[in-house]
Amino acid sequence: MLELRKDIFADERDDNLKEIGKPTQRQDMLGHVTATSVYFNDHKLQGMLHLKVLRSPHSHARIRRIDLSEAERSPGVRRIIRGADVPHNLNTLLSLINFGKDDEPTLAVDKVRYKGEPIVAVVADSQREAFEALAKIRVDYEPLPTVFDVEEALKPGAPVINETYPKNTFTYHDIYDHQKIRFGDVERGFAAADHILEQRYQMSPIEHAPTETNGSIAAPDTNGRYVVYTSTQALFFSLDTCAKILDVPSNKLHFIGGTVGGGFGGKVDTVTEPLSILGAMLTGRPVRYMIGREEEMLYCAPRGAERIFIKDGIARDGRILARQFRCLFDSGAYTRLSSYAAVKCAAHLPGPYTIPNVYAEVYCIFTNRVPATAMRGFGVTAVDFAIECQMDKLADLVGMDPMEFRLVNAYRDGDMKAHRREAKNTALIECVQVAAEKAKWRIRDDFKRMSSLKEAGGQRPTAPPPVREPILVNRSAGQQRTVYDRPAPPPPEPIRPPPPAPPPLAQPAPAPSHGAIRFSSVFGGRRR
Amino acid sequence: MAKTPLQFRHNGREVAIFVDGGMSLLSALRDEIGDHSPKFGCGQGGCGACTVLIDGEPVLSCITLAETVAGKSIETADGLKTGPELHPLQAAFMDNFAAQCGYCTPGMLMAAKALFDHNPDPSRVEVIEAISGNICRCTGYESIINAVLAAARRTERRA
Amino acid sequence: MPVTVKTFATPTEAAAALSSDRSACYIGGGTLVMRALNEGDVSIATIVRLEDRSLTQIRASGARITIGAGVTLSQILRERELSFLHAPARLIGGPAVRTNATVGGNLFAPAPYGDLAVALLALDATVSVMSGYGARDMALEEFLASRDRSPGALVLSVTCDRPPAPEAFRFRKVARVKPKGVSVLSIAVSLSAVGGRVSGPRIAYGAMAPTAIRAKAAERALEGKTLDESGIAAAVAAAAEGTSPANDAIASAWYRREVVGVHLRRLLLGQDG
Repeated sequence: MLELRKDIFADERDDNLKEIGKPTQRQDMLGHVTATSVYFNDHKLQGMLHLKVLRSPHSHARIRRIDLSEAERSPGVRRIIRGADVPHNLNTLLSLINFGKDDEPTLAVDKVRYKGEPIVAVVADSQREAFEALAKIRVDYEPLPTVFDVEEALKPGAPVINETYPKNTFTYHDIYDHQKIRFGDVERGFAAADHILEQRYQMSPIEHAPTETNGSIAAPDTNGRYVVYTSTQALFFSLDTCAKILDVPSNKLHFIGGTVGGGFGGKVDTVTEPLSILGAMLTGRPVRYMIGREEEMLYCAPRGAERIFIKDGIARDGRILARQFRCLFDSGAYTRLSSYAAVKCAAHLPGPYTIPNVYAEVYCIFTNRVPATAMRGFGVTAVDFAIECQMDKLADLVGMDPMEFRLVNAYRDGDMKAHRREAKNTALIECVQVAAEKAKWRIRDDFKRMSSLKEAGGQRPTAPPPVREPILVNRSAGQQRTVYDRPAPPPPEPIRPPPPAPPPLAQPAPAPSHGAIRFSSVFGGRRR
Repeated sequence: MAKTPLQFRHNGREVAIFVDGGMSLLSALRDEIGDHSPKFGCGQGGCGACTVLIDGEPVLSCITLAETVAGKSIETADGLKTGPELHPLQAAFMDNFAAQCGYCTPGMLMAAKALFDHNPDPSRVEVIEAISGNICRCTGYESIINAVLAAARRTERRA
Repeated sequence: MPVTVKTFATPTEAAAALSSDRSACYIGGGTLVMRALNEGDVSIATIVRLEDRSLTQIRASGARITIGAGVTLSQILRERELSFLHAPARLIGGPAVRTNATVGGNLFAPAPYGDLAVALLALDATVSVMSGYGARDMALEEFLASRDRSPGALVLSVTCDRPPAPEAFRFRKVARVKPKGVSVLSIAVSLSAVGGRVSGPRIAYGAMAPTAIRAKAAERALEGKTLDESGIAAAVAAAAEGTSPANDAIASAWYRREVVGVHLRRLLLGQDG
């Protein structure tokens, strides 16, 4: 049941809502219930061939030799595709907006960097014949040392996963190996604090597990173009990525999406289209590349794991004086969208709270894991989990109610955020108040009267005295373990001195060739 | 490759096709008959997106050998409508917003129909049991359960 | 090689086909074989099927019940004589899986699957197997231990005790997803009480080893005891002895060992899971 709290911020709204609060039917609901919604695989094309890929059994290895002789003779095989057949065999998704360097091959040539990386594609008359041919391919590997832990990957002397990024971190603005926030002086904040709390949070990779697996069918079209039925969530993105990888003008490709059988971010990587189109180009026939269920779960990108260290300095009265983050994103073997996830994370810190001293480092790190990708709020969801767990622990530490604790620290209109922007249209206080009311969670009258508004805020109210003795959390950051962890990591490195001053903001950003002005903050220029 | 002739009833119509050895019923329905309503979700019998009815019983077509259905009666989601009229389950799914991406919907409808045809007035627990073999990654199941219960009430009122 | 399906009318012919062809695989309900084919297992080139009415028969007249290997789980659920197997059968797969899945097939399901085999193991089951030497009976325990080493052996039927009373047989499946989900573990207990004391208990576990196993240490500790908190304490303490659970996507070995005693205790005391 939907309840509209029109009393809150009443003078800021007009009451002419036409859609909100009323149910509206999905435009594709009739198609769904009559089973006529068209997914990529709901096309019957004459003479369609089937493409399956050979995947690396090693997490990190050099490829010495690929022997296709027996596979090429396998019954039903029409064509075998190798890395050398791919016109532009190195790409990164966000190159379309000039963000990042090409680092990922469509088909591995000299090296594999994660278990499951595609090396060779077989196109055959039937799926069974494709599987049989795959079983006949012989590859000589030279296994290399592996890195599965983000902190191990950062250590000097760690195996280099990807020569494009030799330090195993993504490079921002050509010089920084991480995203930074510097606001105030956290050391001074910690020195003034009554309590310090340092904790370590770990989120595992999460599989999207859409009911429909990734896949596409590409076919030569009547006018020299290729028509591509695809499960992608990102139709134009996928089209342009294929145009680049296959080195054809984008008007040679006709992408038809339509209905995605569950995406959640896992169908943006343009995994199958480049090969299905290339297969169609090389055979002159329709080609389907459909990911199987085990492939989807094991080798298609998950949400990336994140390791987050938060150190807070807090005053006895519940105000957080200083907050320090070290966020390590596990991008897996290739960048894909994790570089952007780290930017989003940095933009989100330190959470919806006003903290006078904030210091953050956010890394996008490469390991020999399956490359990570987008999933539902990626970059933000995990760090919010860490921040809110930390808030509960801090409240416990100073003996405050966790809701009241958040109200004390919530940002209000006019507060200066760590990103040096004034907070506007904040509403955390009202959300917490309503949530407490709905949950019948008692908060004191002073807290019920707090407001996000600039005028009502005034001098930030002093927190009332704590209701009980603080409870010290006695597990230090380094001691917490999860099943995901490898052997105990070393304690977090001491904060390095700040790097040399960044180039002045007046420096013009490189002109984006794809018109992606919205991402200006990503490569240096600022629009607002 | 030797092909086996196969004759059965598909949504009330006699059909005859040829199947390859080892072909699943799902592949036969989709690729040989052209009925795309049952979906491939896993090929393991784990997700239920391929659910069809064989002689009124719910079956996972992806793990059923096509040639075992000779002479039997197969129902798929494609056959639920009567002319242009929606089946009460389909109407109830619409009214209760019981789909988002829609990929699990054909399987859900058939699992629900199997329940309905045996038990026109199921309890909530029985509905949950009936769809327990169907995975939905989008809705969280509540709207689907409500839809099936609503369809039961609607059919009752009509009778 | 393309896949060929061969259908036979008698077990002898089917067994002969299986033993003469290394790429042959027997199909019951299809939950295992079709899955393998769909995922690209090219080692299977021949599928052997049996259309023999005896495989779907149930003989339930005496103290021991014989169930044909081709009997499906949904068939079990329709049989009042087999009501003691309804608890495990109902918790396997969803309704559609149960339409296909067979009793014989469940004996081959790898851990953490195979919950019906757990129940049968506690019911002192024997298996009738057809091989090159003809048909012979073997204890289910022996069959499970050797099933991977005898390709071509064809299960014809399973024979097990009929529990004398409903309380004499208990079953519990522990899963994180309900009503059906893959087992964290499952427990079957068959026992009778003579003069208020447990006599001849059989305890079987699923997902606590590569196959269903008997919890012999717990059984020994339960013999002659009363079915109350203090009486079962020794058996509960010995619950994990002899087990070798796996780490898998469902649960860790550590977790399975930690909780098996908890669930055994609740099952023996008749408490909810």
